[in-house]
Amino acid sequence: MKTIRIGNGAGFWGDHPDAPLRLAEQGDLNFLTLEYLAELTMSILAQQKSHDENAGYVTDFPEVVYRLAPWLSGPSPLKIVTNAGGMNPLRCAYTVGKLLASSGLGDISIAAVSGDDIFPSWNSLLADGETFPHLDTGESIANIQHLVVSANVYLGAAGIASALDLGADIVVTGRIADASLTVGPAMHAFDWSWSDWNRLAAATVAGHLIECGAQMTGGMFSDWNETLSLGDVGYPIAELSDDGSVVVTKPAASGGAVTVATVSEQLVYEIGDPEHYLTPDVDVDFSHVRLEQIGDDRVAVHDARGNPAPPTLKTSISYQDGYLGSGTIVITGPDAINKAQACAAAMQQKLNAAGVFPQRWNVEYLGAGDVLPGIVPRAVDPPEIVLRMTIHDKTRAVVDRSLRELVPLVTSGPPGVTGYVGGRAKARRVLSYWPSLIARDRVSPTVEVRTATEWCDGEDL
Amino acid sequence: MRLKEIAHARSGDKGNHANIGVIARDPSYYDFLCREVTEVRVAEYFAPLNPRSVKRFLLPGIHALNFMLYDILAGGACKSLRIDSQGKTLALALLEWEIPAAYDESALISP
Repeated sequence: MKTIRIGNGAGFWGDHPDAPLRLAEQGDLNFLTLEYLAELTMSILAQQKSHDENAGYVTDFPEVVYRLAPWLSGPSPLKIVTNAGGMNPLRCAYTVGKLLASSGLGDISIAAVSGDDIFPSWNSLLADGETFPHLDTGESIANIQHLVVSANVYLGAAGIASALDLGADIVVTGRIADASLTVGPAMHAFDWSWSDWNRLAAATVAGHLIECGAQMTGGMFSDWNETLSLGDVGYPIAELSDDGSVVVTKPAASGGAVTVATVSEQLVYEIGDPEHYLTPDVDVDFSHVRLEQIGDDRVAVHDARGNPAPPTLKTSISYQDGYLGSGTIVITGPDAINKAQACAAAMQQKLNAAGVFPQRWNVEYLGAGDVLPGIVPRAVDPPEIVLRMTIHDKTRAVVDRSLRELVPLVTSGPPGVTGYVGGRAKARRVLSYWPSLIARDRVSPTVEVRTATEWCDGEDL
Repeated sequence: MRLKEIAHARSGDKGNHANIGVIARDPSYYDFLCREVTEVRVAEYFAPLNPRSVKRFLLPGIHALNFMLYDILAGGACKSLRIDSQGKTLALALLEWEIPAAYDESALISP
């Protein structure tokens, strides 16, 4: 029976820079996936693209490919599947192509999967009567539609599977369901039908388990202890077989652990209704999934059940929503909490006197029990705390002015105020998140496969 | 008895909502968890963070409960004013919860 090994070397943009290389070295992989796009990463990339039409993708990725180059050729070359394309898969593919071609690897084939970005046709979609109701509230987008800066549909595995069928060695997508990064290689490798819901469900659960990197292999585990050896934590691997069976594991020579307990925690991570884990590929029922320890750091995943894929696709829209900034100072004891409260009151008094009234603000006393205020009992007299002030307002000037209250406390506040380093805190633009749905037939994914040399020569880029 | 003695857990965000998956340490604890760790109690425990509502789902296959805590993140990753804008720490906080005394300890004897 044919089995493929898919490893995931990145769970978000900012994950460990050496993880993809280590996994390629130690994982004996057929496919390496790299998942970079959190809910808000796309809106940050959209901002970058609005300033520079050649930007908007995960700029760390070309360097990762460069380091992985030794694994891309040979008798059984590693294939890479990633959503590093972000807002600009074509430009990402071009940049990777240029890098590979200049390293003598011009024959490597790179695919760009696009079509998730519906913002270019935003006005015509609205004119056609799309109201993009908010997924939670049902509210029409009318009130904020003029503030929208990006709109991306979560694509499924089909584009990835066709790119691989066309011979791609590297597949670069934009917004795509995270689990589809794993489903795509499975649909390419096996002769499964796109309506074989149970096999699609099994591959989707596998993708869900590995998509967050080391969170399946001991990272974030409730029962953490030093023996977990997270200093060399292994990244996750899913073994998928033709019959739809799934085993999850990690490289043998690595830290961390793959147990029923660590995998259970990742199974429930960021899920809603477990009976309907929806992706563009399949509607998965997680509720009866069973996990079985079948060896050291090997867990079998049984009984994922699939139902037909939903008729709509999730759409992730972001819109301008003012400015936000936060800054911190350190306050030492004795009496750290009282002094911090006095600092907060003084800042508010001075802002009021200056006629500055931010729309939303919050002060946290970190170290005193304020990460979840009111849940954890507050410390009685901690030796020191971090005072963190956060401001949200529709104007940048109000946020910047408010944050200027922090530094003067070093000389004009109570004794024991320190730790204001790294320059003045600054406001950043807020892009709020508006989840919605769109009918499948509104979206047309495209797949462009070229060799590295051909990408390099592409005049249209 | 604290919840962590019979369960482990993980939390994360979905927009302005968070979820907490609570997993029984032994399959024999699952029924007890279903009976004692209710939507109402979890909502009460997290009331200081003002969730709009709490809904519970079941995963009998791994002996787990999944709680959705709607609008608990004060804006979520994009604009929350709290340091834990993504609810990463909610699970550990729930595990510290002292389960009210009125339970049948014999239900917890491991096979």
